[in-house]
Amino acid sequence: MIWQLDLAILTLVVVAAIGAITIKDLLGSAILFGAYSFMMCLLWSIMGAVDVAFTEASVGAGVSTIFFVAAVFRTTRRTKD
Amino acid sequence: MRIFGIIVVILTGALLIYAMGDFPSWADPASPAHNHVSPRYIEKSLEQTSVPNLVTAVLADYRGYDTMFETAVIFAAGVVCFFLLRIPRKDEPTVRRYRHTLTGITISVKETREIPPVLEEFERIDTLWTPPDLIIKTCCRILVPFLQLFGLYVIAHGHHSPGGGFQGGVILGASMILLAISHDLRTAIGRMSERVHAILCSVGVFIFAGTGALCLVLGLNFLDYGALARILHVDPVTARSHGILIVEIGVGLAVMTAMIWIYNNISSKGKYDEGL
Amino acid sequence: MPDLISSIVDYYNYLIYITLMMIGLYAMIAKKNLVKKIVGMNIFQTAIILFYVSIGAKKGATIPIIQHGHGEGADEITSSVIKAAEYINPLPHVLMLTAIVVAVATLGVALALAIKVYNRYETLEEDEILAQIREK
Repeated sequence: MIWQLDLAILTLVVVAAIGAITIKDLLGSAILFGAYSFMMCLLWSIMGAVDVAFTEASVGAGVSTIFFVAAVFRTTRRTKD
Repeated sequence: MRIFGIIVVILTGALLIYAMGDFPSWADPASPAHNHVSPRYIEKSLEQTSVPNLVTAVLADYRGYDTMFETAVIFAAGVVCFFLLRIPRKDEPTVRRYRHTLTGITISVKETREIPPVLEEFERIDTLWTPPDLIIKTCCRILVPFLQLFGLYVIAHGHHSPGGGFQGGVILGASMILLAISHDLRTAIGRMSERVHAILCSVGVFIFAGTGALCLVLGLNFLDYGALARILHVDPVTARSHGILIVEIGVGLAVMTAMIWIYNNISSKGKYDEGL
Repeated sequence: MPDLISSIVDYYNYLIYITLMMIGLYAMIAKKNLVKKIVGMNIFQTAIILFYVSIGAKKGATIPIIQHGHGEGADEITSSVIKAAEYINPLPHVLMLTAIVVAVATLGVALALAIKVYNRYETLEEDEILAQIREK
């Protein structure tokens, strides 16, 4: 494991998580959540959990983001916080 | 509410950081998690199941009971989305929009009237219609069969490489969702109707539970695939490998259809007429 | 110096998982938008999965796929004795693999509920929904 890479991705994960819950636009929140999931997937493949990383890449970063975008499309993008 | 939330969060964080001192240091080979049941899984699974990918072997064989109910949870989620959103709305007048492909004129038809499909120059369009992009449509249509082939490969090759029923099923589902996004929802439903989703989803769970029950009928424990050796005419170790493949196919079917089902219900608010 | 770095890395992993868990919990409690709450729930779930996967990590070990071969020379590779110290613990991976797929199932149900709420109240904000309920 390369610890520099690990630390960099861990920091980016926190940045993406904070961004996903503070941004004042639900579509942006969905996209940032997709970025967060993909970062998580990289982290797990660094740790050697290849199956978990594969699942997260297809489920978390792919289908979850589509579900969020579909739900935001059917409701509203507006948010107060 | 915000202050209450901050207090609760800080208390939880402080408790967790206080407990962090007792954790084993990161990636320590002597930590308790590595010393009880896991060495047995690592050392014995190749000779007991002949599956080199340990995660697949433990997922489908040693912990098959767990995975079976996991699949049932996916099925339940699909059914719950169906019951929550899919309701027949009779009071709302549905307005269908058609576009004349030669002149580009849009007409809207109210209530239950439909333009018969014989008139081919009229195509049904969504309310929020954008002009079709030829490049995107063609690329996605070409991509779909390759995605499905890759999904099948991931399911079938899960014994030897990362992958298995869950990942392959999600990739297969994503290929149909890609079709629904790049064309429209009606095209995707025309390829694979709602009834097919419901039937395939329950068939997936049934394959898993049925394999387990078959082992029980053949005289061994529930989900002990060694019992299949008598039917498949192989030795029990190879029978376990084949049993894992059968179960993974069931998981793949259930996950694929549950993903498409949930997407169709969410993106059309349960009306199944207009998608994303 | 390498000891210092390794100890920082050790605790940084656990600290990040606690931070993510706090972010998710805060979003679930304090945010008023329903979709934001669902995003928080997913962040919470991923934080727990991260914790389990880092429990499964093992120094000096490789990914949990046993080295094997096909055809000629396959027996020489597979016949060597498998040592538990050479492979990462597969058990947390199995548990978390199913947890991720269940997370997407709960996400679908939660979004369906949010859409039902929006159909009825025309808003996703918690305070506006409560105000509409009080008016009736």
